[in-house]
Amino acid sequence: MTLLKEFILPRFAQWLIVIFVGVTITFIIPRLSPVNPVTETLARMQMYQNIDPEAVQAMRATLLDLYGLEGSVLEQYVNFWKRVLKGDLGPSLASFPLSVNQLIGVSIGWTIGLLGTSILIAWTLGMTLGSLAGYYPNRWWSEGLEKSLITVYPVPYYILAFVLLMAFTFYLPIFPLIGGARGTAAFTWEYISSVLYHGFLPALSIVIGATAHRFIMAKALTTTEKSSDYVQYAQMAALPQRKILFYYVTRNTLLPQVTDLSLSLGALFGGALIAEFVFGYPGIGTTMYTAINNGDYNAIMGITLLSIVGIATASLLIDLIYPLIDPRVRYR
Amino acid sequence: MANDVLRATIRDLFRFSLSFRFGSIILMIVGILLLLSFFSPFESDDRRVVPRNKPPSQEFILGTTGSGQDGFWLLTFAIRNTLMVSGVAVLIGRSIAVMVGMLTGYLGGKTDRVISSIVDSIIVIPRLPLLILIAAIMQGEMTVLSLALLLGILDWAHPSKRYRAMILSLRERDFTHTAIFSGMNALKVVVQEHLPFLIPLLLADAVAGFLWAIGVEVTLSVLGLSDLGTPSIGTLIFWGNYHHALLRRRVWILAAPIAASVLMVVGFYLVSLSLSEYLDPRTRLSRLTMEE
Repeated sequence: MTLLKEFILPRFAQWLIVIFVGVTITFIIPRLSPVNPVTETLARMQMYQNIDPEAVQAMRATLLDLYGLEGSVLEQYVNFWKRVLKGDLGPSLASFPLSVNQLIGVSIGWTIGLLGTSILIAWTLGMTLGSLAGYYPNRWWSEGLEKSLITVYPVPYYILAFVLLMAFTFYLPIFPLIGGARGTAAFTWEYISSVLYHGFLPALSIVIGATAHRFIMAKALTTTEKSSDYVQYAQMAALPQRKILFYYVTRNTLLPQVTDLSLSLGALFGGALIAEFVFGYPGIGTTMYTAINNGDYNAIMGITLLSIVGIATASLLIDLIYPLIDPRVRYR
Repeated sequence: MANDVLRATIRDLFRFSLSFRFGSIILMIVGILLLLSFFSPFESDDRRVVPRNKPPSQEFILGTTGSGQDGFWLLTFAIRNTLMVSGVAVLIGRSIAVMVGMLTGYLGGKTDRVISSIVDSIIVIPRLPLLILIAAIMQGEMTVLSLALLLGILDWAHPSKRYRAMILSLRERDFTHTAIFSGMNALKVVVQEHLPFLIPLLLADAVAGFLWAIGVEVTLSVLGLSDLGTPSIGTLIFWGNYHHALLRRRVWILAAPIAASVLMVVGFYLVSLSLSEYLDPRTRLSRLTMEE
């Protein structure tokens, strides 16, 4: 019972607070805008045709209702919460008959496939290389690796992706410029291979950036850990180096790394907006980008909300399983 | 006194740290480019002053753009604006962070718990979608200054936690108690006694802020969400893409801002790397033993 009361409940409360604050912010910001989406939509409709003023009034009322802009701000806020709690993110303002839920449903699979895979690959790769380079800091390969990754790490992701795009679709056209796959979705080798082929370049760009970050962190942690007494003891006891590194040193550096992994997996629901934009990948980031261009506030808010819930949940989960990963972390 | 220490530190860094040497040389080149913008023969919004779409030549080192601007001088303006945006953002962000960090760290107790849990909530809110949301709403009204302000307001939560941790440990030191017992008020203790300890951390942190701000500036501009009329690294790339510079084989229009941004961030990062290495007591120890 104390476990529930003193460990789980506070963290759960924190999770609720985070989501509450996040939802409130996503609610407030569009309403600070001088742009009124209803007027915008009406103006768009009246651009090419004359509409009866009465019909315009009726349409205005319908649109206000549809967009959840009826009544005072407080009423809107309460209604917004009611809708969100039901899991309904409202209608999409730009691609109207579709709801935001449907928009997200179509694209989320692509994002999870692309980002999930590349995050896992980058994490494993960065951890392994970083631990090795931290354990053997003076080898030629570890110095070379460090120098090149340090140069790549600070480069803005967009620049990295754009240079890859230029190199491998334009100057050396071996990868497709846009799209997620060719043909209709089916469980055939042809379709799956085209998914892999289309996903390779965006995945590569994400993997390079994320691996550099992971490598630098893993190397720093391993360097610190290596100077511990138990490592010297193990070395004097002539344990195999591989065993010291991967069974003792790496395990001790795992905690912050697992936190990071879970947070980046949680951030997955926000999509890799830039990656998907650059490579024309049909994921949730592209949906977000289209929504921004069309002034589709409902879709923007829905996706932002989803990514807030994703990250908050990931950090809740990681908090809860900390003691399982590292017995040194005792819950208070 | 303080000047001597600073000079000695920089001399040490230059002598012992390869990354500081490289980083500061790169930053110096960037700085010279920035200063050159003040001597540009053209204004940043002069159009059709030179022949259009000329590849790099002796007359135009970085070629000319589709709207008849000289690539080189345009780049100097872009560097200036991008650095200005990130500089203001870093200044605002770190000021808020220092204030929040000092407040929560020094006061402790209930204030600390309330503010810290708000900070924790702000940290998990994904910044890029939020920024894009705000920028989309402000579309057309975004200026260089408002972008800088926006970036600053969004980049303080993480550093404030680091400063808080630092102040928390300083609060328990003897000199804090001495200061309190000799009648200093809380504000004075924090500003006069604790702030100097934060400065090294602040320096390394400022660089991280620069990296983030430059990245976001480029990202927002490329998406067409910043002030597209003002040249910056991001807007140069945006206009290059807009006029299909790649497909029309006018790669110099894109290559210049890309190269400049890579130079800038790598320079900043190398300097910050050497700084944090220098500030780390463990490496300082090994450096001392090496000197003997």
